[in-house]
Amino acid sequence: MRDFYGTTLANGFMLGSAQYPSPAILADAFKRSGASVATVSLRRESGQDRAGQDFWHLIRDLGVHILPNTAGCHSVKEAVTTAHMAREVFDTKWIKLEVIGEEDTLQPDVFGLVEAARILSEDGFQVFPYTTEDLVVADRLLHAGCEVLMPWGAPIGSGLGLNNIFGLRAMRAHFPDVPLVIDAGLGLPSQAARAMELGFDAVLLNTAVAKAGDPAAMAEAFATAIRAGQLAAIADPMEPRDMAAPSTPVIGKAFLE
Amino acid sequence: MILQINGEPVDVQIDTLADLLVARGFGEAKVATAVNGQFVPATARADFVMSDGDRIEVLAPMQGG
Repeated sequence: MRDFYGTTLANGFMLGSAQYPSPAILADAFKRSGASVATVSLRRESGQDRAGQDFWHLIRDLGVHILPNTAGCHSVKEAVTTAHMAREVFDTKWIKLEVIGEEDTLQPDVFGLVEAARILSEDGFQVFPYTTEDLVVADRLLHAGCEVLMPWGAPIGSGLGLNNIFGLRAMRAHFPDVPLVIDAGLGLPSQAARAMELGFDAVLLNTAVAKAGDPAAMAEAFATAIRAGQLAAIADPMEPRDMAAPSTPVIGKAFLE
Repeated sequence: MILQINGEPVDVQIDTLADLLVARGFGEAKVATAVNGQFVPATARADFVMSDGDRIEVLAPMQGG
Protein backbone atom coordinates (compact mmCIF):
# COMPACT_ATOMS: atom_id res chain seq x y z
CA MET A 1 0.00 0.00 0.00
CA ARG A 2 1.31 3.45 -0.89
CA ASP A 3 2.03 5.61 2.13
CA PHE A 4 0.60 9.00 2.93
CA TYR A 5 3.41 11.49 3.50
CA GLY A 6 5.48 8.74 5.11
CA THR A 7 2.63 7.30 7.15
CA THR A 8 1.53 3.76 6.38
CA LEU A 9 -2.12 3.25 7.23
CA ALA A 10 -3.49 -0.02 8.57
CA ASN A 11 -6.26 0.06 5.97
CA GLY A 12 -7.86 2.21 3.30
CA PHE A 13 -10.80 3.46 5.33
CA MET A 14 -11.03 7.16 6.13
CA LEU A 15 -14.25 8.00 7.94
CA GLY A 16 -15.90 11.34 8.59
CA SER A 17 -17.14 12.30 12.04
CA ALA A 18 -20.17 14.44 11.14
CA GLN A 19 -23.93 13.86 11.14
CA TYR A 20 -24.13 10.90 13.53
CA PRO A 21 -27.27 10.66 15.67
CA SER A 22 -25.20 10.86 18.86
CA PRO A 23 -21.58 10.88 20.09
CA ALA A 24 -22.03 7.32 21.37
CA ILE A 25 -23.14 6.11 17.94
CA LEU A 26 -20.22 7.95 16.36
CA ALA A 27 -17.78 6.16 18.67
CA ASP A 28 -19.46 2.81 18.05
CA ALA A 29 -19.33 3.32 14.28
CA PHE A 30 -15.63 4.12 14.40
CA LYS A 31 -14.91 1.03 16.48
CA ARG A 32 -16.86 -1.22 14.15
CA SER A 33 -15.25 0.41 11.09
CA GLY A 34 -11.68 -0.06 12.20
CA ALA A 35 -11.05 3.11 10.16
CA SER A 36 -7.49 4.35 10.29
CA VAL A 37 -8.28 8.03 9.74
CA ALA A 38 -10.98 10.33 11.11
CA THR A 39 -11.82 13.61 9.41
CA VAL A 40 -12.70 16.54 11.65
CA SER A 41 -13.35 20.24 11.33
CA LEU A 42 -13.26 23.54 13.17
CA ARG A 43 -16.26 25.61 14.08
CA ARG A 44 -17.09 28.47 16.40
CA GLU A 45 -17.03 27.37 20.02
CA SER A 46 -20.16 28.41 21.85
CA GLY A 47 -19.77 30.27 25.11
CA GLN A 48 -21.55 27.82 27.35
CA ASP A 49 -21.76 24.20 26.31
CA ARG A 50 -18.16 23.73 25.12
CA ALA A 51 -19.23 21.08 22.62
CA GLY A 52 -15.87 21.29 20.88
CA GLN A 53 -13.96 20.26 23.96
CA ASP A 54 -16.12 17.17 24.52
CA PHE A 55 -15.82 16.25 20.85
CA TRP A 56 -12.04 16.59 20.98
CA HIS A 57 -11.80 14.12 23.88
CA LEU A 58 -14.04 11.66 22.04
CA ILE A 59 -12.00 11.82 18.83
CA ARG A 60 -8.65 11.67 20.59
CA ASP A 61 -9.71 8.54 22.45
CA LEU A 62 -10.47 6.73 19.17
CA GLY A 63 -6.74 6.40 18.60
CA VAL A 64 -6.90 7.06 14.84
CA HIS A 65 -5.03 9.50 12.61
CA ILE A 66 -6.72 12.90 12.54
CA LEU A 67 -7.33 14.63 9.20
CA PRO A 68 -8.75 18.15 9.70
CA ASN A 69 -10.62 19.68 6.80
CA THR A 70 -11.29 23.15 5.45
CA ALA A 71 -14.90 22.29 4.63
CA GLY A 72 -17.11 25.20 3.72
CA CYS A 73 -14.25 27.43 2.61
CA HIS A 74 -14.87 29.19 -0.69
CA SER A 75 -11.72 31.28 -1.01
CA VAL A 76 -7.99 30.64 -0.89
CA LYS A 77 -7.58 33.02 2.04
CA GLU A 78 -10.34 31.35 4.04
CA ALA A 79 -8.95 27.87 3.40
CA VAL A 80 -5.37 28.83 4.22
CA THR A 81 -6.36 30.58 7.46
CA THR A 82 -8.54 27.63 8.47
CA ALA A 83 -5.66 25.25 7.76
CA HIS A 84 -3.38 27.25 10.05
CA MET A 85 -5.95 27.18 12.82
CA ALA A 86 -6.48 23.44 12.34
CA ARG A 87 -2.76 22.73 12.49
CA GLU A 88 -2.54 24.44 15.85
CA VAL A 89 -5.63 22.85 17.36
CA PHE A 90 -5.10 19.31 16.11
CA ASP A 91 -1.30 19.39 16.15
CA THR A 92 -0.93 17.80 12.73
CA LYS A 93 0.53 18.84 9.38
CA TRP A 94 -2.21 16.95 7.57
CA ILE A 95 -4.96 19.02 6.02
CA LYS A 96 -7.86 17.92 3.85
CA LEU A 97 -7.97 20.94 1.59
CA GLU A 98 -11.38 21.92 0.29
CA VAL A 99 -11.94 25.10 -1.70
CA ILE A 100 -15.55 24.87 -2.78
CA GLY A 101 -16.41 26.43 -6.11
CA GLU A 102 -20.06 25.67 -6.72
CA GLU A 103 -22.97 25.32 -4.33
CA ASP A 104 -25.19 22.77 -6.07
CA THR A 105 -22.50 20.18 -6.65
CA LEU A 106 -20.00 21.31 -3.98
CA GLN A 107 -17.35 20.69 -6.58
CA PRO A 108 -13.92 22.11 -5.91
CA ASP A 109 -12.72 25.44 -7.26
CA VAL A 110 -9.67 23.77 -8.76
CA PHE A 111 -7.93 27.07 -9.53
CA GLY A 112 -8.16 28.20 -5.91
CA LEU A 113 -7.32 24.68 -4.79
CA VAL A 114 -4.00 24.65 -6.64
CA GLU A 115 -3.09 28.08 -5.28
CA ALA A 116 -4.00 27.17 -1.70
CA ALA A 117 -2.17 23.84 -2.01
CA ARG A 118 0.99 25.66 -3.10
CA ILE A 119 0.82 28.16 -0.24
CA LEU A 120 0.22 25.45 2.36
CA SER A 121 2.80 23.02 0.98
CA GLU A 122 5.44 25.75 1.06
CA ASP A 123 4.48 26.35 4.67
CA GLY A 124 5.10 22.74 5.67
CA PHE A 125 1.59 21.35 5.45
CA GLN A 126 0.94 17.88 4.08
CA VAL A 127 -2.01 18.56 1.83
CA PHE A 128 -4.79 16.10 0.95
CA PRO A 129 -6.58 18.03 -1.82
CA TYR A 130 -10.25 17.36 -2.55
CA THR A 131 -10.20 17.57 -6.33
CA THR A 132 -11.82 16.23 -9.48
CA GLU A 133 -10.52 13.46 -11.74
CA ASP A 134 -9.05 16.06 -14.14
CA LEU A 135 -5.51 14.94 -14.98
CA VAL A 136 -4.20 18.42 -15.70
CA VAL A 137 -5.41 19.72 -12.36
CA ALA A 138 -3.92 16.64 -10.70
CA ASP A 139 -0.58 17.39 -12.28
CA ARG A 140 -0.72 21.01 -11.10
CA LEU A 141 -1.49 19.85 -7.57
CA LEU A 142 1.52 17.53 -7.58
CA HIS A 143 3.73 20.36 -8.80
CA ALA A 144 2.29 22.56 -6.06
CA GLY A 145 3.67 20.11 -3.52
CA CYS A 146 0.84 17.63 -2.94
CA GLU A 147 1.90 14.00 -2.53
CA VAL A 148 -1.65 12.67 -2.24
CA LEU A 149 -4.70 13.30 -4.45
CA MET A 150 -8.33 12.91 -3.47
CA PRO A 151 -10.65 12.92 -6.50
CA TRP A 152 -14.37 12.93 -5.90
CA GLY A 153 -16.49 9.89 -6.72
CA ALA A 154 -19.64 12.00 -6.94
CA PRO A 155 -20.91 15.22 -5.31
CA ILE A 156 -20.50 15.33 -1.53
CA GLY A 157 -23.37 13.67 0.29
CA SER A 158 -25.03 12.42 -2.92
CA GLY A 159 -24.43 8.70 -2.44
CA LEU A 160 -24.20 8.26 -6.20
CA GLY A 161 -20.94 6.32 -6.13
CA LEU A 162 -18.33 6.55 -8.87
CA ASN A 163 -19.70 8.89 -11.52
CA ASN A 164 -16.77 8.65 -13.89
CA ILE A 165 -15.15 5.23 -13.82
CA PHE A 166 -13.23 5.98 -17.01
CA GLY A 167 -11.74 9.17 -15.58
CA LEU A 168 -10.83 7.53 -12.30
CA ARG A 169 -9.23 4.57 -14.05
CA ALA A 170 -7.24 6.98 -16.23
CA MET A 171 -6.11 8.84 -13.14
CA ARG A 172 -4.91 5.63 -11.49
CA ALA A 173 -3.01 4.64 -14.62
CA HIS A 174 -1.56 8.12 -15.11
CA PHE A 175 -0.19 8.47 -11.56
CA PRO A 176 0.87 4.93 -10.61
CA ASP A 177 3.01 6.03 -7.66
CA VAL A 178 0.72 8.68 -6.14
CA PRO A 179 -1.55 7.68 -3.24
CA LEU A 180 -5.10 8.24 -4.48
CA VAL A 181 -8.19 8.48 -2.30
CA ILE A 182 -11.79 8.55 -3.49
CA ASP A 183 -13.28 11.37 -1.45
CA ALA A 184 -16.99 11.98 -1.42
CA GLY A 185 -20.10 10.68 -3.11
CA LEU A 186 -20.06 7.05 -1.98
CA GLY A 187 -23.36 5.63 -0.82
CA LEU A 188 -22.89 1.86 -0.72
CA PRO A 189 -20.15 -0.56 0.29
CA SER A 190 -20.13 -2.05 -3.21
CA GLN A 191 -19.07 1.36 -4.55
CA ALA A 192 -16.19 1.45 -2.08
CA ALA A 193 -15.17 -2.04 -3.13
CA ARG A 194 -15.23 -0.89 -6.76
CA ALA A 195 -12.96 2.05 -5.94
CA MET A 196 -10.46 -0.25 -4.27
CA GLU A 197 -10.68 -2.76 -7.13
CA LEU A 198 -9.67 0.08 -9.46
CA GLY A 199 -6.48 0.36 -7.45
CA PHE A 200 -7.27 3.34 -5.28
CA ASP A 201 -5.45 3.40 -1.98
CA ALA A 202 -8.31 4.50 0.24
CA VAL A 203 -11.82 5.86 0.33
CA LEU A 204 -13.07 8.74 2.43
CA LEU A 205 -16.75 8.82 3.29
CA ASN A 206 -19.09 10.14 5.92
CA THR A 207 -22.76 10.49 5.04
CA ALA A 208 -23.20 6.89 3.84
CA VAL A 209 -22.32 5.65 7.33
CA ALA A 210 -23.64 8.47 9.50
CA LYS A 211 -27.05 8.60 7.81
CA ALA A 212 -27.58 4.84 7.61
CA GLY A 213 -30.31 3.38 9.80
CA ASP A 214 -27.61 1.54 11.74
CA PRO A 215 -24.37 3.52 11.34
CA ALA A 216 -22.20 1.00 13.18
CA ALA A 217 -23.37 -1.91 11.03
CA MET A 218 -22.87 0.16 7.88
CA ALA A 219 -19.38 1.10 9.05
CA GLU A 220 -18.50 -2.56 9.32
CA ALA A 221 -20.06 -3.25 5.92
CA PHE A 222 -17.86 -0.58 4.35
CA ALA A 223 -14.78 -1.90 6.14
CA THR A 224 -15.44 -5.39 4.78
CA ALA A 225 -16.02 -4.09 1.26
CA ILE A 226 -12.89 -1.95 1.32
CA ARG A 227 -10.85 -4.94 2.43
CA ALA A 228 -12.39 -7.13 -0.27
CA GLY A 229 -11.73 -4.55 -2.98
CA GLN A 230 -8.16 -4.04 -1.85
CA LEU A 231 -7.48 -7.79 -1.82
CA ALA A 232 -8.99 -8.05 -5.31
CA ALA A 233 -6.73 -5.30 -6.61
CA ILE A 234 -3.67 -7.02 -5.16
CA ALA A 235 -4.83 -10.33 -6.63
CA ASP A 236 -4.73 -8.85 -10.17
CA PRO A 237 -8.24 -9.28 -11.59
CA MET A 238 -8.87 -11.04 -14.91
CA GLU A 239 -9.57 -9.00 -18.03
CA PRO A 240 -13.27 -8.91 -18.98
CA ARG A 241 -14.18 -10.14 -22.47
CA ASP A 242 -17.27 -9.90 -24.64
CA MET A 243 -17.61 -13.57 -25.61
CA ALA A 244 -18.06 -16.63 -23.42
CA ALA A 245 -15.12 -18.88 -22.65
CA PRO A 246 -15.90 -22.25 -21.04
CA SER A 247 -14.35 -22.68 -17.64
CA THR A 248 -14.79 -26.46 -17.61
CA PRO A 249 -12.24 -28.28 -19.80
CA VAL A 250 -13.65 -29.36 -23.17
CA ILE A 251 -11.01 -32.02 -23.74
CA GLY A 252 -12.08 -35.39 -22.41
CA LYS A 253 -15.76 -34.65 -22.55
CA ALA A 254 -17.80 -37.85 -23.14
CA PHE A 255 -19.54 -38.37 -26.46
CA LEU A 256 -23.16 -39.01 -25.48
CA GLU A 257 -25.14 -38.15 -28.61
CA MET B 1 -14.75 48.85 23.42
CA ILE B 2 -17.03 46.70 21.36
CA LEU B 3 -15.67 43.46 19.87
CA GLN B 4 -17.38 40.91 17.68
CA ILE B 5 -16.69 37.52 19.28
CA ASN B 6 -17.85 34.69 17.02
CA GLY B 7 -20.29 37.10 15.44
CA GLU B 8 -21.73 38.43 18.72
CA PRO B 9 -21.10 42.03 19.83
CA VAL B 10 -19.50 42.14 23.29
CA ASP B 11 -18.55 45.20 25.34
CA VAL B 12 -15.23 44.56 27.13
CA GLN B 13 -12.49 46.48 28.88
CA ILE B 14 -9.69 44.05 28.10
CA ASP B 15 -6.51 44.77 26.15
CA THR B 16 -5.02 41.49 24.95
CA LEU B 17 -6.41 38.48 23.17
CA ALA B 18 -4.99 36.16 25.84
CA ASP B 19 -6.81 38.02 28.62
CA LEU B 20 -10.01 38.03 26.58
CA LEU B 21 -9.91 34.24 26.21
CA VAL B 22 -9.39 33.79 29.96
CA ALA B 23 -12.25 36.19 30.73
CA ARG B 24 -14.57 34.33 28.35
CA GLY B 25 -13.71 30.97 29.92
CA PHE B 26 -11.45 29.73 27.10
CA GLY B 27 -8.27 29.85 29.17
CA GLU B 28 -7.63 26.11 29.14
CA ALA B 29 -9.77 25.24 26.13
CA LYS B 30 -8.46 23.71 22.90
CA VAL B 31 -9.23 26.58 20.56
CA ALA B 32 -7.62 28.49 17.70
CA THR B 33 -8.05 32.21 17.19
CA ALA B 34 -8.24 34.66 14.34
CA VAL B 35 -8.69 38.43 14.42
CA ASN B 36 -10.17 40.24 11.43
CA GLY B 37 -9.61 37.16 9.30
CA GLN B 38 -5.95 36.72 10.25
CA PHE B 39 -4.77 33.69 12.21
CA VAL B 40 -3.29 34.60 15.60
CA PRO B 41 -1.22 31.71 16.98
CA ALA B 42 -1.54 30.80 20.65
CA THR B 43 2.00 32.00 21.25
CA ALA B 44 1.10 35.50 20.00
CA ARG B 45 -2.09 36.01 22.01
CA ALA B 46 -0.45 37.56 25.10
CA ASP B 47 1.08 40.35 23.01
CA PHE B 48 -1.88 40.86 20.71
CA VAL B 49 -3.58 44.13 21.64
CA MET B 50 -7.13 44.40 20.38
CA SER B 51 -8.88 47.45 18.99
CA ASP B 52 -12.48 48.63 19.01
CA GLY B 53 -14.49 46.80 16.35
CA ASP B 54 -12.14 43.83 16.01
CA ARG B 55 -13.73 40.61 14.82
CA ILE B 56 -12.51 37.74 16.99
CA GLU B 57 -13.04 34.15 15.91
CA VAL B 58 -12.63 31.39 18.50
CA LEU B 59 -12.77 27.99 16.84
CA ALA B 60 -12.79 24.55 18.42
CA PRO B 61 -12.66 20.93 17.20
CA MET B 62 -15.93 19.93 15.60
CA GLN B 63 -17.45 17.09 13.59
CA GLY B 64 -16.41 17.08 9.95
CA GLY B 65 -16.45 14.98 6.80
